[in-house]
Amino acid sequence: MHKESAIREPLILGHKTYHDITEDVCRSIEGKAPKAWYIMLGIAMLVGLYGVGCICYLLGTGIGTWGLNKTVEWAWDITNFVWWVGIGHAGTLISAVLLLFRQRWRMAINRSAEAMTIFAVFMAGLFPLIHMGRLWVGYWVMPIPNQFGSLWVNFNSPLLWDVFAISTYLSVSLVFWYIGLIPDFATIRDRAKSPVAKKAYSILSFGWSGRAKHWNRFEIVSLVLAGLATPLVFSVHSIVSFDFATSVIPGWHTTIFPPYFVAGAVFSGFAMVQTLLLILRKGMKLEAYIHTKHVEYMNIVIMVTGSIVGVAYLTELFISWYSGVEYESYAFINRATGPYWWAYWSMMTCNVISPQLMWIRKLRRSLLFTFFISIVVNIGMWFERFVIIVTSIHRDYLPSAWSMFYPTWVDIGIFIGTLGLFFSFYLLFARYFPVLAISELKTILKISGESYKNGTAPGHNDHH
Amino acid sequence: MADRVIYATYDDDETLKNSAKKLVSGGVHISDVFSPFPIHGIDPIIGVKHTRLGIAAFMLGITGLALAVLGFKLIMIDDWPMNIGGKPNFTLLENYPAFVPISFEFTVLFAAHGMALLYLFRNKTLPGMPADNPYPRTTDDRFVMEIRLSENHGMSASEIHTKIKETSVIEIEEKDYVVIK
Repeated sequence: MHKESAIREPLILGHKTYHDITEDVCRSIEGKAPKAWYIMLGIAMLVGLYGVGCICYLLGTGIGTWGLNKTVEWAWDITNFVWWVGIGHAGTLISAVLLLFRQRWRMAINRSAEAMTIFAVFMAGLFPLIHMGRLWVGYWVMPIPNQFGSLWVNFNSPLLWDVFAISTYLSVSLVFWYIGLIPDFATIRDRAKSPVAKKAYSILSFGWSGRAKHWNRFEIVSLVLAGLATPLVFSVHSIVSFDFATSVIPGWHTTIFPPYFVAGAVFSGFAMVQTLLLILRKGMKLEAYIHTKHVEYMNIVIMVTGSIVGVAYLTELFISWYSGVEYESYAFINRATGPYWWAYWSMMTCNVISPQLMWIRKLRRSLLFTFFISIVVNIGMWFERFVIIVTSIHRDYLPSAWSMFYPTWVDIGIFIGTLGLFFSFYLLFARYFPVLAISELKTILKISGESYKNGTAPGHNDHH
Repeated sequence: MADRVIYATYDDDETLKNSAKKLVSGGVHISDVFSPFPIHGIDPIIGVKHTRLGIAAFMLGITGLALAVLGFKLIMIDDWPMNIGGKPNFTLLENYPAFVPISFEFTVLFAAHGMALLYLFRNKTLPGMPADNPYPRTTDDRFVMEIRLSENHGMSASEIHTKIKETSVIEIEEKDYVVIK
């Protein structure tokens, strides 16, 4: 049995038993939902529906309903795509990478973080689909033999690498998440009183019984999936960065993009996890499981990745001068002083200054400060993608082609709509699915539960 | 004669593990253990063999990679090679750097999904399958040993009962063994 140092903060507070863990998580699923949940779901679904309406208008009328033009052919669509994919990466990092590093603090947060990943990647995936214009021939991106001479897709193109990367990432994350959910669905199934709930969770739990051999396979599968998902995090966002890095546009064509994007993704993703978790723990009374220690550790990750992003910004600025390439220098002078200077300075303030505040212990352990900063970081990261995309292409090599971009109501409506859809999915997940990894938490109760650490746990201390 | 089974319920994982050690050293063959979470260290005690799912995942990954390489060759080099941005496309090897990202993703795709499907089939946990844990609390906070008499030829049921009672068991039940899946 693993022993943990007595001076380490416990991960599970209070006098919890195995049964308490089951109860605390299942209570919200089995009981009636609080009124606040219905109100939030209602608003989220309305907003989401508005977004779906905007998407239908876009598909019916055409990409001209967006503010794009010949010069600025990518703007909010790709900004939103990269923003959502970046957010998605934190969930996989928490589940997969922290599993490989044997970090037990991940267990209280991995289930909800992975759910966030899946819903974020769903939202991300919408944008490449709708920005095609002719979504009904979207299957043309697949290498399927056809009657056009067998016209194949271009495997040299990062846009196609993206198709494979995002699909793989979405499907593997979904599988990883679901396999972890199966034993917890079984727990709910075995407690279910209503026949509808019993049937539903029986189907969802696939007949899981908790046999030793099955747990043996479960652990190996979790480990291997974690090992596969970890390089996925790095590769998928590197491939997304290649959409820009493999071009010739000043401000895009730079080798710093892959590590810069990956660090930025983890940065914004962890910030979104903080935002969601701080609300979740209060709303579902899970303060004993998700507390200051988890928030602090996540803030440390935010601080580190935010610093990497800050260093990347400075590197880009330095190289734009040091390279002697006048187009590259202009790209950055334009970012700081051109017509989109307000976006650039928002980005710099939100992304460079806010994570540096985490050096102060009192601030990184403050839940209120964390909630506020996590939203600031996400806004900053949206502006980062906007600045990279729009300020680089609205003024590139040929001044006569320089133009401005302004979003239309369709651009804005679709983005807000994805926020609504995301929160709808998340609220439904919180209501019907176990938001904590019940079986995993039980494995750390004796090692890291408060009552076991201070010796006040009932009995069984003589059986070592 | 139908097979009989004894279910011994414990309320703690450590207790079950120590009891299992005692019973196995006393000559009892424990057929299975039901628990709400994996009990570390139980596998060597009751004789659970290592799973080969990891090896399977590796082989599936190699298959994915092979298929991807074959696909690139047939599609981009043999059938319709095109000069895109001056990237060399005369041989597969020359063009390969451009194919690395998709090679990697395809490998991971096959390894992950293949292994996950194999896992679900081997565990017989599929949509619509029935559960066969003996008591509902085994997914909450109870730990149950399943001892099938057909796997314990050298001992009678009463002998096994006696041995179990020497451990800190909470409840013992003997019934007919019914195979559900």
